Amino acid sequence: MNKKGNTVFFKNAPCVTSFAAVCGSKESAGIIGGYADITLQDDMYGESTYEKAECKMLSTAISIAIEKGGYTESDIDLLLSGDLLNQIISASFAARDFNFPFLGVYSACSTMSESMLLGAMMVNAGYVQKIVAATGSHFASAERQYRYPLELGCTRPPQSQWTVTGAGGCVISNEKRGIKIVNGTMGKVCDYGVTDVNNMGAAMAPAAADTIMQHFKDTDTCADDYDLILTGDLGALGSRILKDLTWEKGYDISEKHVDCGEIIYKVIEKEFQGGSGAGCSATVLNSYVFTKMQSGAYRRVLFAATGALLSTVSSGQGESIPCISHAVQLEV
Amino acid sequence: MGSEMLEIALQFLKAFAVGGGICLLAQIIINFTDLTAGKILVYFMLAGVVLTAVGVYQPLVDFGGAGATVPISGFGYLLAQGAIKGAEKGFFSAITGSLTAASAGVTAAVVFAFIMALIFKSRTKRN
Repeated sequence: MNKKGNTVFFKNAPCVTSFAAVCGSKESAGIIGGYADITLQDDMYGESTYEKAECKMLSTAISIAIEKGGYTESDIDLLLSGDLLNQIISASFAARDFNFPFLGVYSACSTMSESMLLGAMMVNAGYVQKIVAATGSHFASAERQYRYPLELGCTRPPQSQWTVTGAGGCVISNEKRGIKIVNGTMGKVCDYGVTDVNNMGAAMAPAAADTIMQHFKDTDTCADDYDLILTGDLGALGSRILKDLTWEKGYDISEKHVDCGEIIYKVIEKEFQGGSGAGCSATVLNSYVFTKMQSGAYRRVLFAATGALLSTVSSGQGESIPCISHAVQLEV
Repeated sequence: MGSEMLEIALQFLKAFAVGGGICLLAQIIINFTDLTAGKILVYFMLAGVVLTAVGVYQPLVDFGGAGATVPISGFGYLLAQGAIKGAEKGFFSAITGSLTAASAGVTAAVVFAFIMALIFKSRTKRN
């Protein structure tokens, strides 16, 4: 059976054979510090603009992931990537450093799971053999685009999230080694009418709940069947809302649920609601979580990154924030 | 000598109390509402204009000095004052009056911002 409900099943078990993460100085002080491949001292990464730095981080993460898997550029068939900036310039400009095709994707902070889902589908079907799925974000470039440029010196409200400066990527291959991607649930857009751009967690929680519960239904599993249910950047408030929403429908995920945004920074109180951004789930997954899975600490993980599909224009026009969550089930 | 120092110290205290109070109000709005920083900026400036027009802001300036004129509401006060003074001369002067009054401040802001941008580079915030 290839598909049930919104979940696609990968008979040929495409595998994550290598992974890499680059993170900023603030992120390296937290949980992923010892696990990321490169930690930056300076968030400019030697470049003249934040956008260039973000692009360089993504490009580096891709290169290191390829290298760690023992591959060369010619082994890779495709890059699936996206980011938060307009026209996904970080991914597009990073792709020009490589000699393989590039298919750009966008689902905001859910880009990591979307690119993994699509990549697994393509590898499972046999159209390609080895692909790279990657994404990233940068605090300063995200602030400039979505909120205010740093130079303006605006105060941030205490319920805001901190966009992660970091990039992560992995190679998904038809080889039978590494971490298996057994299935993936394609997310539906959910909009509960939240308009507050400083409260993304509340906007995204319904999408995460919808996808996770859909996944449970389609795969006939429940929270107890997993070692970890990992969401991307719901933050402290969003995580609570998610647990409530799933509890209402009869699923108790409180024991197994962890949110990347909640764990990424060392002192949660200092960073208000925690981390966010495409780089949040990408860095945590491609350093800490995959390393733990390789060592056997986690055997089955449901990775469901969440994204807020607003634009700077839509929120300015008073629109609410539609969100989405794609999920992949990972096993060793 | 002693009483002069006391005078000055009291002036500082009053200025900081008024200026700090305005900033405290803004911080409360940031913490408890979802108004963006840009909107708060504009509302405060408009509040300065309105409060000056009804005559409430002038006593605040008399009491707190720079504490009332430095925050953005003080800029609204400046604009409103200039318009009122200009209105005494005629309709056209009412319009140009506020711009004339604010001209020195705006020019200074632009020039200093330009100079600072040349000298300093922006960095990622710490928090």
